[in-house]
Amino acid sequence: MSDKTINGTVVTLGEDGYMTDHSQWNRDIAAALASEEGITLTEAHWKVLDFIANDFVEKGVVPGMRRMNKVGGIPTKELYALFPDGPIKKAAKIAGYPKPASCV
Amino acid sequence: MSDEPIKKVSIIVSRGSLEGIYPGLIMANGARMEGIEANLFFTFFGLYGILTKYMNSLKVATVGNPAMRVPDAKGFPLPTWMGALPGMSAFATHMMCKEMDKLDIPPVGEFVEMISDAGGKIFACKATVDMFHLTESDFCPQLDSVLTVGEFYELSAGSQIIFT
Repeated sequence: MSDKTINGTVVTLGEDGYMTDHSQWNRDIAAALASEEGITLTEAHWKVLDFIANDFVEKGVVPGMRRMNKVGGIPTKELYALFPDGPIKKAAKIAGYPKPASCV
Repeated sequence: MSDEPIKKVSIIVSRGSLEGIYPGLIMANGARMEGIEANLFFTFFGLYGILTKYMNSLKVATVGNPAMRVPDAKGFPLPTWMGALPGMSAFATHMMCKEMDKLDIPPVGEFVEMISDAGGKIFACKATVDMFHLTESDFCPQLDSVLTVGEFYELSAGSQIIFT
């Protein structure tokens, strides 16, 4: 665990670089985390991040690819285009949730 | 050997039972999810995983599987001769598909599409295609091409090769 200051706010990151306390998260932090991954957040990105947030409240885990497709209505290709090289991991990180623990 | 991250994998799927096909699909999809380049090469009975007509009706092999237990994975050991009884394979397949669905693991056809949409490449082995008298129209639309083993090695340059 380590503390890091992003946009003047102190956030706690786990060893894997994912936020450990979602209450510290806000949209500015998301934008900062995204730019670390080389991503500029657009409306399409926010649709994914908002779906993760809503689904996490409901299920307690970051949704997998199939759930993103079927329930979130976000196609696989679009996810890879928005968050290249590891869409679920990157989206979960930017959304301030733990590292996904599922194999699919 | 250094601990360089894996950048590229070539996964060979050689078996056509449900439990023979899935590990390769899960590993290929998992690779893409980690940003690793993935090539899937289907050979011998593994080809059934990408044949439109058969890919969604593959069965668990219950004959010659001494690890098989009923009614679930921690149940009683199934005597191997009973694996050959009519309906055993259908039952085991039904149970496994039900559990996979709970984990949001897609059916084979949908999974191959997901891997392809994720940028994974799908190849078929030429020797088997010839041996089985198949044409490209027998394959699912995600098939990228039919390859000789030489071409497979060529495109696997710099890859880890995984045989399943």
